Amino acid sequence: MSENHDHANNPDHHHDHGDHTHPGMDTEELGWHARRVQAMETLLAEKGLLTVAEVQRNVDAVESRSPADGARVVARAWSDPQFKARLLAEPEAALAGMGYQLPDPTPKLDVVENTAAVHHLVVCTLCSCYPRALLGRPPDWYKSFAYRSRAVSDPRGVLQEFGTEIPADAEVVVLDSTADLRYLVLPQRPAGAEGLSEDELAALVTRDSMIGVSQPLTPELVAADD
Amino acid sequence: MTAPRPPAFGNGDLVTVRAANPPTHYRTPAYVQGKTGRVVALCGVYPDPESLAHGGDGHPHKPLYRVEFPQTALWDNYPGPPGDRLQVDIYEHWLEPAA
Repeated sequence: MSENHDHANNPDHHHDHGDHTHPGMDTEELGWHARRVQAMETLLAEKGLLTVAEVQRNVDAVESRSPADGARVVARAWSDPQFKARLLAEPEAALAGMGYQLPDPTPKLDVVENTAAVHHLVVCTLCSCYPRALLGRPPDWYKSFAYRSRAVSDPRGVLQEFGTEIPADAEVVVLDSTADLRYLVLPQRPAGAEGLSEDELAALVTRDSMIGVSQPLTPELVAADD
Repeated sequence: MTAPRPPAFGNGDLVTVRAANPPTHYRTPAYVQGKTGRVVALCGVYPDPESLAHGGDGHPHKPLYRVEFPQTALWDNYPGPPGDRLQVDIYEHWLEPAA
């Protein structure tokens, strides 16, 4: 099983597939929602509307992505102005050029650029829409009622709680992704990052900076950590 | 299967979001309903989510707009500066020309 079940991209995925039992996945141990989903999946498969393999492929596709993928894209944009222009104008083509295929036909992905004058912050007030095709699963706080309600009505208060101070003369723009588009924030390249390689730049790009709740790390911070 | 109508709104148009609570899976947050904003982008034409979520085929497809509001137009006591904005994606059938 393990040879065609590669989780190399996902270091958090540790469970043993040797005998293909999934610890904690016995029906009696599942919660109400998980049992309900499992029952629906079984019914849909029995009715021939989808196959278990299709479900697994979709799960694997999301699980194979992580913020490290978004960080690669941001680092490329920081170091290559032509790529950055293309990423902002034709995100799907630019991402395809890096090997990232987005779902077809939807949801589409749009990239918004943070500058000294405009700071973008992404939320989905209706549920938890998130650029999963690039960043994987959203963090739990992104799905919380507190974040979803306060990000739209007091974004600067939320930003402060993430340690992010946006000057009063810069505009904060909240993007509520409620429909067929998902948003990736292209954070501002930190000062002192000139001359770094793409890999070194990618190490500065955090998941939260691509949601817009924080700024990327600075080279000094990363150096102090080593 | 009818061809979708051309989009009714263009960039810069002032639009008011309809206030409604239909018994469908609609994607228009309550906090922008009844508010007036400005179209900043046409995001494409998509299957109608209110049809898709209830077993329909999504036709007729709906133009989707990014609509921008000044934060001070959405909240009575918005605590930030007046330049702060909010953008949200709204399907055409939820929009009317602003009075």
